[in-house]
Amino acid sequence: MARNPSIIETKQLNVFYGTTRVISDVDMDVETHRITAIIGPSGSGKSTLLRCFNRMNDLIPSFHMTGSVLFGGQDLYDASVDPTEIRYQIGMVFQRPNPFPKSIFDNVAFGPRVNGFKGDLNGLVEDSIRRAALWDEVKDRLRESALSLSGGQQQRLCIARALAVQPQIILMDEPCSALDPISTQSIEELMRELSNEYSIVIVTHNMQQAARVSDYTAFLNPGEDKISELIEFGETRQIFTNPTDERTEAYITGRFG
Amino acid sequence: MAEIVRGQFDRQMRRRRLHGQIFHILCLVSILIGLGMLAALLINIFIDGWQRVNWSFLTSFPSRHPEGAGIKAALFGSIYVVALAGALAFSFGVAAAIYLEEYAPRNWFARIIQINIANLAGVPSIVYGILGLEIFVRFLDLGKSVLAGSFTLALLVLPIVIIAAEEAIRAVPPSIREGGFALGATRWQTIWRLVLPQAFPGILTGVILAVSRAVGETAPLIVMGALTFVPFTPDGPLSRFTVLPIQIFNWVSRPQEGFHEAAAAGIIILLVVLLSMNALAVLLRNRFQRRLEG
Repeated sequence: MARNPSIIETKQLNVFYGTTRVISDVDMDVETHRITAIIGPSGSGKSTLLRCFNRMNDLIPSFHMTGSVLFGGQDLYDASVDPTEIRYQIGMVFQRPNPFPKSIFDNVAFGPRVNGFKGDLNGLVEDSIRRAALWDEVKDRLRESALSLSGGQQQRLCIARALAVQPQIILMDEPCSALDPISTQSIEELMRELSNEYSIVIVTHNMQQAARVSDYTAFLNPGEDKISELIEFGETRQIFTNPTDERTEAYITGRFG
Repeated sequence: MAEIVRGQFDRQMRRRRLHGQIFHILCLVSILIGLGMLAALLINIFIDGWQRVNWSFLTSFPSRHPEGAGIKAALFGSIYVVALAGALAFSFGVAAAIYLEEYAPRNWFARIIQINIANLAGVPSIVYGILGLEIFVRFLDLGKSVLAGSFTLALLVLPIVIIAAEEAIRAVPPSIREGGFALGATRWQTIWRLVLPQAFPGILTGVILAVSRAVGETAPLIVMGALTFVPFTPDGPLSRFTVLPIQIFNWVSRPQEGFHEAAAAGIIILLVVLLSMNALAVLLRNRFQRRLEG
């Protein structure tokens, strides 16, 4: 696979909650227009790592980190960076669909509105919903509450909402864990399509999902001391067929986790 | 072995069922006592006051003659004072709750503030009257006016509003805030556009409780210096005033039978004011809830 330029790079990333170190020394590159999966057992810090990429961890008072996260070469944690400014360039989709209790239209328009979009809002909303492969299902009911959609539709609406602010990269935190298999399949297909234009990082506890959708896979695993480290990171095909670390092999063959 | 155990279970079953029935009956009796008392009170008042409730009672000022005495001054006074107090308590209460829930760091200092707000809700209302007299009437020199009365009542019900608003804000799921932040909304945008609309029905419930309390308060306003005989309606925020409970109290303490009837009629008016304020707030709340749920 031809290498694309990196969009996110972590360097010696260490994460602490209070004085407890939870992730140690992660170095990884996320390539543009690829899907990168982060896998690992429960409690291995997958979500924590993902949330370092758009500074969502800042909302947790005891969080702090050392090392750096570069986004397009810029240090995200530099003192001069306003996290709000980062977050509209980096989309995020959460574990449980979290549509706002507003209409379908207002959900998608929320991002553009708060960021001061002046232009054809209707066009932008339609375009975003189309990209999330939801348009045909909702085009006649844009004024209805987003809460009236099914779980799978809600999650695609959340993806449309994230796309509406034109991010370069989308972070997905176990986006299918609350969905049934059919909705999961449609989200996975959507991810493949989106990867033509966006870079995607997906956290998943489902190894088959990582194998199915991702180009690269990162395996996080807590050691004896409960501190997680990046055991192995490489092309998904190689990780799943020919892992170099025996812990990776043990995990993907289902011997633990 | 199994036989013995099952035999025990069967015997116990009868006792357990009996206990359940006794508890059920106890609960029923408790609610009936409460409802019975309320019904007795209402019936008694309606019998005494019903024939006095008419248009001239509503549009007349108090008088030395029981037959001519009306409730106009107190009714207007109550509406002005309570509406202003409600608006004040709502604005300051919601702002304080937002600060405590969304901005204040979670430390011992914030916890002390929170505990003390709960304590304030339990302070006897007459203490607020003394505070109101000192601060608003004397120190700020507002006089014994509608404004001073509203401030005093607002202070009295502020803890109720803050606590209810805090609970309503806390009940908004964190995932909604995260969703807002992740799209690049600032903290203020997230609060204003996502958290508050969702918390609003709960906040309104608190305001209903607060206003209901304020309508019925007498002691703090008497201490503060509200009048007991007012032959005029308030003509502005600095006008002197009286309120329904004070007027009722005044009539009850007169010896003539006619004033007692006027007092009963006044209580009916007070109940109507209270219920219609509550109904309005419930209506608003339900409309808002429907809009959220779609």
